[in-house]
Amino acid sequence: MAVDNKTVIDMAHLARIAVSEDDIPKIASQMGKVLEIAEKMAAVDTDHLEPMAHPLDAAQPLRVDDVTEADLREAFQAVAPSVDKGLYLVPKVIE
Amino acid sequence: MSNAAWETVIGLEIHAQMATKSKIFSGASIAFGAEPNSQACAVDLGLPGVLPVFNQAALVSAVKFGLATGAEIGRKSVFARKNYFYPDLPKGYQISQLDHPIVGRGMIDVVQEDGEIKQVGLTRAHLEEDAGKSLHENFVGQSGIDLNRAGTPLLEIVSEPDIRSAKEAVAYARQIHALVRYIDICDGNMQEGSFRVDANVSIRPRGSDTLGTRTEIKNLNSFRFLERAINIEVERQIDLLEDGGRVSQETRLYDPDADETRSMRSKEEANDYRYFPDPDLLPVHVDDAFIDSCREQMPELPKLRLARFTDELALGESEARQLINDRATADFFEATVAASKQPRHAANWVINELGARLQKADLGIEQSPVDAEQLGGVLQRLADDTISGKIAKQVLDALWAGEGKSADEIIEAKGLKQITDTGAIEAIVDEVLAASPEQVEEYLGGKDKVIGFFVGKIMQASKGKANPGQVNQLLKAKLKR
Repeated sequence: MAVDNKTVIDMAHLARIAVSEDDIPKIASQMGKVLEIAEKMAAVDTDHLEPMAHPLDAAQPLRVDDVTEADLREAFQAVAPSVDKGLYLVPKVIE
Repeated sequence: MSNAAWETVIGLEIHAQMATKSKIFSGASIAFGAEPNSQACAVDLGLPGVLPVFNQAALVSAVKFGLATGAEIGRKSVFARKNYFYPDLPKGYQISQLDHPIVGRGMIDVVQEDGEIKQVGLTRAHLEEDAGKSLHENFVGQSGIDLNRAGTPLLEIVSEPDIRSAKEAVAYARQIHALVRYIDICDGNMQEGSFRVDANVSIRPRGSDTLGTRTEIKNLNSFRFLERAINIEVERQIDLLEDGGRVSQETRLYDPDADETRSMRSKEEANDYRYFPDPDLLPVHVDDAFIDSCREQMPELPKLRLARFTDELALGESEARQLINDRATADFFEATVAASKQPRHAANWVINELGARLQKADLGIEQSPVDAEQLGGVLQRLADDTISGKIAKQVLDALWAGEGKSADEIIEAKGLKQITDTGAIEAIVDEVLAASPEQVEEYLGGKDKVIGFFVGKIMQASKGKANPGQVNQLLKAKLKR
């Protein structure tokens, strides 16, 4: 399946990835090749199979509802770019 | 909002915070009001190399909700990643459920204001993690992020678009609110955000069966705002369509100060969440044994309790409903019945006498200064004619004020025992009649109402202790016309 330039731009926007104008055609063709593999797989008849949500055919283990985590805020915030009054600071996201 | 030309169509999404101790995928506490980020562990922060592990208590809570609404329970439910970018979502995705939710279709009986029952379909209820909190004030050009809430277990309860007015929406939301508290899976605290409502609102020409374009009003955290926001939004949509415009599908926020809804972001661009199954989590298997163990932990459901109250205890439908709406009230009532063997009195006194006192003191029934045992004691003495209804209220007040430990103790200490000795009552009756010859004339002349005057005088003379039934009997006998 061919991927056009606009799809690449849309995908890059959704994934918040900066893509330079020059790279777009190359990425489009690479994405197209990935989709070709997907198309090949889609051609296999799987009508009689129940889809799996996970490659391991196992069930999710459950955790007992106990508080087991200590407060490690100081350690976590030591590596954060910017903190104030216990909050992580980020560039303003609303006008 | 009723309008002859337009029909309102509403579906609600309710986010109920599960009353667990720890988060849905980590062992961090979810206690409210902690220092910012003191309850945000490596999993909640989305640090590399961490793995989510599912909290059993969250699963049990969701299954209980499914059982309480008669819904299908997903035997194999799947967690999926909902991808979007926002600073209070550090992983870049929210773990939620899409195709295989833990709770499938169900039905809720909604009691409306007029007492009518309306059935509202449940589309599904799925488990997901909450995001963190962004604080936009106080920082120049920056936002502060508190991730304590990130990873808090939520049950998102999605209704069918079966709701037709703001009032119905409120009745439905109240019903769900009462239910989640009843089965003890959510504390229902709306100020703290434990119970939040999103309303999907659209309108269509009356008689049409296609749905109009809807808007979603987010994060309504009181029933009053829910009703206001829907009414305002319906008005806005009607104005828009009648002026030849069109409604665009978007997320809106209700601003209670301005009493209007405002566009938040356009959903058309933002709604590509690229869901896919979360590879960090395996499918959740729920078998019969697990469901049975959840069922065993459930209290008697409101519907069944209602039937028992009306059938076995012979209560009226409306008073039974008032009692079962809140589990603590229903429990208190049952304890009162156990202590008094007087279901009718108990219903009346729990709802009216105790209810009014609690309301006046702004107390919940759990904080009642008079316990069920004590109230039961009052009702026993009322039923066996030791005291009259009026004195019983005095005894209740005395118990409320802590003037004694039991009804019997107060009755004894204050000498409130009803006079049932016919001779003693007769003496008072004679005295009152002798002192009121004019009124006796009037009564004999046919003025029935005067009987109230005599009863009043007699009760006054006996300090309220004469048995009212005997007083009436004696009066009628003595004043035979």
